[in-house]
Amino acid sequence: MIGQSLAGKRIFLTGGTGFVGTAFAERVLHNLPDTELVLLVRPGRRATAEDRMRREILNNNCFDTLKEELGKEGFQKQIASRISAVAGDVSKDGLGLDDEGFRILGNCDVAVHSAATVSFDAPLDSAIEVNLLGPSRVAETYRKALKAADHQGKMVSVSTAYVAGSRKGKAFEVSLKDSPLYPDLPWRQEVDAARRMKLDIDSQSRSPEKLKQFREEAQSSYGAAGVALLAQETEKKRVDWVRKQMVKLGQARAQSLGWADAYAYSKALGEIALEENKGDLAVSVVRPSIIESALQLPYPGWIRGFRMAEPIIVSFARGLLGEFPGVPEGTVDVVPVDLVVSAMLAACAIEPSDTMKFYHVASGSVNPLKYGQLVDLVTSFFGENPVLDSKGQPIALPSWKFPGRGRVQGQLKRATKLLSIAESVSTRLPIRSKQLEAAGGLTEKREIAERALGYVELYGAYVETEAIYQVDNLMQLRGLLDEGDLEHFDFDPKQIEWESFVYNVHLPSVVEHSRIKTTYTKKTGPTKRERTLASLLAPSQSLVAFDLENTLIAANVVDSFSYLATSHLDRGDATALALGLLAEAPKLLALDRRDRTDFLRYFYRRYKGADRAQLEQYSWDLFDEYLLKKAFPKGIQRVREHRRAGHKTVLITGALDFIVAPFSPLFDKIVSCEMVVDEDGRLTGEVLKAPPIGENRAAILLECAEEFGIDPSDTIAYADSTSDLPMLEAAGQAVCVNGEARLLQIAKRRGWHSENWEKARGGYPLHLPIGVKR
Amino acid sequence: MSPRPGFVLEVDRSTPPTLFWHGEGFRLEKLPVGSRVIYPPEPLAGIKDPRSAIREALDNPTGDSEPLSALLKPNMRVAVCFDDVSLPLPQMQAPDVRQLIIEEVLERLAQAGVEDIRLIAALALHRRMTDSELEHALGKRVYEAAKSAEILTQHDAEDKENLLFIGKTDRGEEVELNKYAATSDLIIYVNINLVSMDGGHKSVATGLASYRSLRHHHNVKTMVHSKSFMDRDNSELHSSNWRMGKLIKDSGIKIYQIETTLNTNTFPSQFAFLQKREWEWGLKDRASFLAVSESLKFTPPWAARKIFQNVKSPYGLTGVHAGEVEAVHRKTLENVYKQQQVDVTGQTDILTIGLPFIGPYNVNSIMNPILVHCLGLGYFFNMYKGAPLVRKGGVVILSHPNRPEFDPTFHPSYIDFFDQVLPESTDPLVIEKKFEERFATDPWYIHLYRHGHAYHGVHPFYMWYWGAHALDHLGGVIILGGDPKTTRRLGYQSASTMADALEIASSIVGRDPSVTHLHSPPLLMANVH
Repeated sequence: MIGQSLAGKRIFLTGGTGFVGTAFAERVLHNLPDTELVLLVRPGRRATAEDRMRREILNNNCFDTLKEELGKEGFQKQIASRISAVAGDVSKDGLGLDDEGFRILGNCDVAVHSAATVSFDAPLDSAIEVNLLGPSRVAETYRKALKAADHQGKMVSVSTAYVAGSRKGKAFEVSLKDSPLYPDLPWRQEVDAARRMKLDIDSQSRSPEKLKQFREEAQSSYGAAGVALLAQETEKKRVDWVRKQMVKLGQARAQSLGWADAYAYSKALGEIALEENKGDLAVSVVRPSIIESALQLPYPGWIRGFRMAEPIIVSFARGLLGEFPGVPEGTVDVVPVDLVVSAMLAACAIEPSDTMKFYHVASGSVNPLKYGQLVDLVTSFFGENPVLDSKGQPIALPSWKFPGRGRVQGQLKRATKLLSIAESVSTRLPIRSKQLEAAGGLTEKREIAERALGYVELYGAYVETEAIYQVDNLMQLRGLLDEGDLEHFDFDPKQIEWESFVYNVHLPSVVEHSRIKTTYTKKTGPTKRERTLASLLAPSQSLVAFDLENTLIAANVVDSFSYLATSHLDRGDATALALGLLAEAPKLLALDRRDRTDFLRYFYRRYKGADRAQLEQYSWDLFDEYLLKKAFPKGIQRVREHRRAGHKTVLITGALDFIVAPFSPLFDKIVSCEMVVDEDGRLTGEVLKAPPIGENRAAILLECAEEFGIDPSDTIAYADSTSDLPMLEAAGQAVCVNGEARLLQIAKRRGWHSENWEKARGGYPLHLPIGVKR
Repeated sequence: MSPRPGFVLEVDRSTPPTLFWHGEGFRLEKLPVGSRVIYPPEPLAGIKDPRSAIREALDNPTGDSEPLSALLKPNMRVAVCFDDVSLPLPQMQAPDVRQLIIEEVLERLAQAGVEDIRLIAALALHRRMTDSELEHALGKRVYEAAKSAEILTQHDAEDKENLLFIGKTDRGEEVELNKYAATSDLIIYVNINLVSMDGGHKSVATGLASYRSLRHHHNVKTMVHSKSFMDRDNSELHSSNWRMGKLIKDSGIKIYQIETTLNTNTFPSQFAFLQKREWEWGLKDRASFLAVSESLKFTPPWAARKIFQNVKSPYGLTGVHAGEVEAVHRKTLENVYKQQQVDVTGQTDILTIGLPFIGPYNVNSIMNPILVHCLGLGYFFNMYKGAPLVRKGGVVILSHPNRPEFDPTFHPSYIDFFDQVLPESTDPLVIEKKFEERFATDPWYIHLYRHGHAYHGVHPFYMWYWGAHALDHLGGVIILGGDPKTTRRLGYQSASTMADALEIASSIVGRDPSVTHLHSPPLLMANVH
């Protein structure tokens, strides 16, 4: 029935880049050979709609089976003749279509609207624009387009079963207006209120107090990273804050009206609005419950994106989530994505009717999966295939006790808070590398705990929902299918065998998707680290910039000064001077944190009156007896490996030129601090040019690249501190060495390569930087 | 009582545990009954008046040479070259014998009106000596005078301007030497012959040469065919140096060689127990052994190292000869053997050796794992004449902590050798072929060698080759009490107790193996029949 009905037809699809949309597109291409597809795709900043379609939809592994069947050429041929993209955006009036797009839409026989903001924690404004207004916009635009083209059409809109709200008992496949529990709500008022609140929150975020707060936050996570980066980060914090406020507002509003979250709330109002705006267009609404990986098509276990239940399952398997709210007898209404797609296609194929039709695609009423059963399956799966920790040991599973939601939230909140305190303390301590591996772990743990908390807050409501979604209409629709349809388009929820689906299809797919390691595999081929390293060291036209202090040597400008200054003193006086500097350390450290340039200028004044020639003479002793002993041999090796690979190397340091001179054979160029020398050959205590610090370093990196005729994208930067962020950001590739806590966190987020380099072992401890008296 | 000769003890039930060096510490090991322990001869008496002995040697040259004074003319140029800090071990209590000789030599030069003089430390590819090391070797007076007159230099094998290509030997070996020395009217070479490998033509042909020249004998093939390199007449290393020496002589370079030998009075009184046979330890020896070993237990390695590196040995001079290189060296070898040689009958399945805290290349520094290899399989294994102490396919057990510790100032290329070369291969031939040139010509190492105090980039390779003959000969090497990971990196097995080590060894050499321990300190040379 479906095949014949849709033969020679053209389907217009929104939300093709989404989970359901991708599966829908694949099924049409795969199983409906005489049907064409037009996708509405929002063009990216640099990518056209067509590019995005190819990259984000057709490249998905959803199409692997089809590609295998057709071969590369066959597949391309199918694509060329049967699928096209038009540029547009469902959050814009008229779908943002141009005239040609509008004309194409008018010639489509069915419009399938599956675009939605699906995340449970969507901000109110975007939920309203996309979920509430989206369906109406599609209907109105489609109606106008059909009229202009003098063409017949119908619409299938994807909603959610959860529009029924947090209720107990049966939920029927009827319009919400006919549902007794639906709060009679004027949806336009909700739209206006949401838009107004967005403006209010945005204004609030721009108040001086708020801006100060964002700036302080940015400072605490970036340190002395320079003005431009701080500004960027501050603005990011502001936008984030606005978003978070809008999420909170959305949740509050939804819950005040009896929905679990802004998603269900906006989807529900979207249905009402669609009903009002559809005019004479025949519309069917498909309401799936929680959509999970595919039962059969395109292949068992196919899934796109990190879906709703996965983070929770993964957190559990990693031993992070000790408990999750829910009652063992409760029903988890889950439905495989291919069933949803089949139901949508059946809805496309049937005769249009004047009244809006509703179909629940849900399992709860006919083939329920009990929460207790799911937990047992998950537990036994990860008991047999335990997740391995970084050392390759299996992680022990917590046993789930089905507590109430409040208790779990309380636990997680406490854990999150403790972890974030631990993390913020670690960023304030002057610790590096080894100790920081622990701190790096903190960030990860905190993020996971935060995420889990988010899911428990959001998802808990769904697990606790005791509504049972009736599927009478759906089963009636299934009655219309013929023998042929049943092979590829059966959407009967009764066909799911939960145990085998969860155990053999879904969980393996979750494991694969979340890239957690569950079985010990002996290393074959290079690890990610090795690959990154190989790419860093590949022979090429590259420029590699190194910071010096704590990147190549565990020493700093204060040490060097102390060493040189004590070189002509007796042991006792030398110790006193070095200790004096140590006592000053907290003050110097604070100054350094605030502004490194100021710090250097302030500190270098101490060299006033020093004989430059003599300092040059002493600098070899400093190098041999102090700096080399404090150097990281692996760092020096790395510089030389880069040189062997034909790269140009540059040292960019705030240290003084005569101090770093002995390092010169390692580098093609050294950019360091120079001091003014008076006519007697003595230093005046003033720095000649702005020290190569902070943003200055980014500029220097790019200047050097230009000087050596190297493309900025072929630059690599090694550094250890947030004050080097501008340089790390400017470089094509960044490597964080012995990073301080804040930098490590940033590096982790950006996916930068990081290194832990140590001093050579065995030397006697050099506690005080004291020179050898001559 | 005249000093007793060395002898071989057979361990029985009543034999007390045997003392093993273990880096900056000791182990007392009970060896299996029937094991042999080779004890060195006791230190010979030192010459009472070294200064007059030196004067006499200078005036009564050995071999075909005139007395020193007769060789000197007012307008000539003289290079006074001397052995570097790698000798003796440990450093000698002041005055160093080099100081005594050089003072006397400078006196003669002054008397003869020679003004164009330069002192050259014959480093070869070793690190430059520090100011305090130079001062110790030359004495304060000579050091300060030479320094202020700017005539104190150290050989720089990478100073292309100051190298002179002399020619090739009949085997095609290139000879390139310190140009200043080679173009002087006379080279006076001041040597210390601690072991039989030192001295002779090796002094100038190696000490003043460049990589271009050294690679002809400092290579795997030569080292495998030096059986042993402590036995001049059976050492390919020496044959090559002697060919070079002949070429040097034939090219007209005049050398006046002064060689000295020291007795084995190595440790000052607080370590007297180190020089005694264990069953002869008195109450005082036991007490000081206990005091030393107990306090070492609580001393971090770096501090223990500092304590031991500060030990200065009360060596006595046993001989000084001056004149023509080969003749002088023959006399020297006689003296060395007289002090160190012990007759041993038959080889052993397992040879045990305790490695001390010091070798030629870690004076005032760290004995890193590559130097552990060199000291054990290079120096100690080769302390034989006739046949190796251990049979072909036998096992050597070395006792040393073998920690992955390095001195980044003195041994930068060693760190990279350990990190980058050894993980790829421990086979000397593979290493030589694949990596040597890169390290030898690396500008960074050359920079650190010339201007800092680093061993040349190629030096760790030589250290590895030094063990090539042993690796070729042995069935296995076990490091007792060594860091397991580091030991594996060297290609050896590690054992935490002697019993385990012997167990592992017997899986290689068979059950009921014969065990021989090479007792040190002090040094000994086994004459194996």
